[in-house]
Amino acid sequence: MNDRPMNPYLAGVLLGLVLLLTVFVTGRGLGASGATKSVVVAAVGAAAPEHAAANPFYAKLVGPGHENPLKAWLVFEVAGVLLGAFVSGLGAGRLKVGTERGPRVSVRGRLLFAAAGGALFGAGAQLARGCTSGAALSGMAVLSVAGFVTMLAIFGTGFAFAWFTRGLWLPGKAKR
Amino acid sequence: MGPFVPDLITDQLNLVVALAVGFLFGFVLEQAGFSSSRRLVGVFYGYDLTVLRVFFTAAVTAAVGILLLAAGGLLDLKAIFVNPTWLWPAIAGGAIMGLGFLLGGFCPGTSVCAAAIGKVDAMAFLGGSVLGVFAYAELFPRFAGFADSSALGPALVPDALGISAGLFVLLLAAAAIAAFAVGGIVERKVAGAAAPSSAFPRRLHVASAALLLAVAGLAAALPDRKARLVAKVSAPGYAPHHLVRPMSPDELAFRIVDGDHRLRVVDLRGEAARAARPLPGAVSVPADDVLGREWRDVFARRMVQKVVVAPTEEEARTAAFLLVETGFENLAYLAGGFPAFERTILTPGAPAGEPRFAPVVERFRTEARAALAERARLEKEAGTPAPRKAKKVQGGC
Repeated sequence: MNDRPMNPYLAGVLLGLVLLLTVFVTGRGLGASGATKSVVVAAVGAAAPEHAAANPFYAKLVGPGHENPLKAWLVFEVAGVLLGAFVSGLGAGRLKVGTERGPRVSVRGRLLFAAAGGALFGAGAQLARGCTSGAALSGMAVLSVAGFVTMLAIFGTGFAFAWFTRGLWLPGKAKR
Repeated sequence: MGPFVPDLITDQLNLVVALAVGFLFGFVLEQAGFSSSRRLVGVFYGYDLTVLRVFFTAAVTAAVGILLLAAGGLLDLKAIFVNPTWLWPAIAGGAIMGLGFLLGGFCPGTSVCAAAIGKVDAMAFLGGSVLGVFAYAELFPRFAGFADSSALGPALVPDALGISAGLFVLLLAAAAIAAFAVGGIVERKVAGAAAPSSAFPRRLHVASAALLLAVAGLAAALPDRKARLVAKVSAPGYAPHHLVRPMSPDELAFRIVDGDHRLRVVDLRGEAARAARPLPGAVSVPADDVLGREWRDVFARRMVQKVVVAPTEEEARTAAFLLVETGFENLAYLAGGFPAFERTILTPGAPAGEPRFAPVVERFRTEARAALAERARLEKEAGTPAPRKAKKVQGGC
């Protein structure tokens, strides 16, 4: 964290304007987790079509009568996110392969916990119909109940359980 | 008027738009420093509140902007996607995501950003999220009932609280500013000089907060577009910039019976009234929805005269004026409201007025009455046309 990012309020206004532009032009908000879902659905649909047809989660999106699930708005949007973040990181001199971790965690531990966190986020986003971007942020912008409830649930749980995961992130000054 | 999907922007072109707005999204997220997991989770420990600042500011900015665009008539709020609520699944899913945030240090969008600049932990997070979605999908049939429970539809918070959207957004902006002020104090207490807020230009931020409150207050105070237009056309001395003429019941009856293809009857009456006294060939439009997008192609035909029929002449005239204000022309309204039509055309009796024309008028009205009844009967036999529906944007994750 030696590099100073953009002023957060300015970044917030810019992010809000990007979201506003998206709603104004396309009538929908931004998202992220939907792309992961498309990848999974496409992979299962290609590898095991009968299995996909038997499960309503896949069958809603893949199989006869459906377009390729990868030809989805959010897949293209997330491809754009990847490009945009790369260009930003390039400009700021932040391109560097490495693992960022708390002072008390090994690299292997960090990667395991990151994957576990990703798995929880992926599953939770299916249940809540969207993640921090698609459900919480975009939902709050259009004042939806789902947006505010999801936001409160994510951050409320985060604050409530942060104490238990402090070993992953904070230096252990209390220990001797 | 936005949104431009699906009318102006096709589904294919929309994918290009997705790539472009995704680029901007990713660029801003990365510029905000969201490619660092330790900065992101700082919000939960108080040493770095960047997430709170960026996220809350973005939500308020977009909400205020959407209200302003709608008040200016540039964005159709009925057409945009509002993510539907499944209350308990949203709470449970949010709680699971909160735990995922603590363990993983990212959310899906920020993990994509961090992976893009080479963070291996973010790639692990993305791999894990694929597994998480797969596990969810495989187990889905077991709890599909819960996943679809407590459905509230596209519910809005201001409606649930019983306040206007503008007031709610103003309160939200005030809550954001309060959270930023308190958060800054906490952050400096926890992290001291290392806290990002210790380097903030204090005066500029106070001025920005005041500006935000002013803009949110403006958004709250602006009447919505329709209320503004109704007030404008109801004001004394209002003159429409295209001729809007009253049409007598006799002319309306004659032109309907004549099959005049340069006439379109726009019926604003309620369903019961329409069923009892149908007007053949009319398009029925809900009285409070004359400005809806779904009728635009009806009103946009310039060579066809649109005659508005309503329970009272005033309602019909106001609707016609509203349509002229929003850019349509060649409009008329039924003089005297529908009761005048019912009294003169649909009820047998000697016509008022010049006695020497009375027999001719009475004969015309008798024939018109019979012809209208016949047309209505044929239309009923043919079945009612499917109701028009506004195209709605599909969205969501």
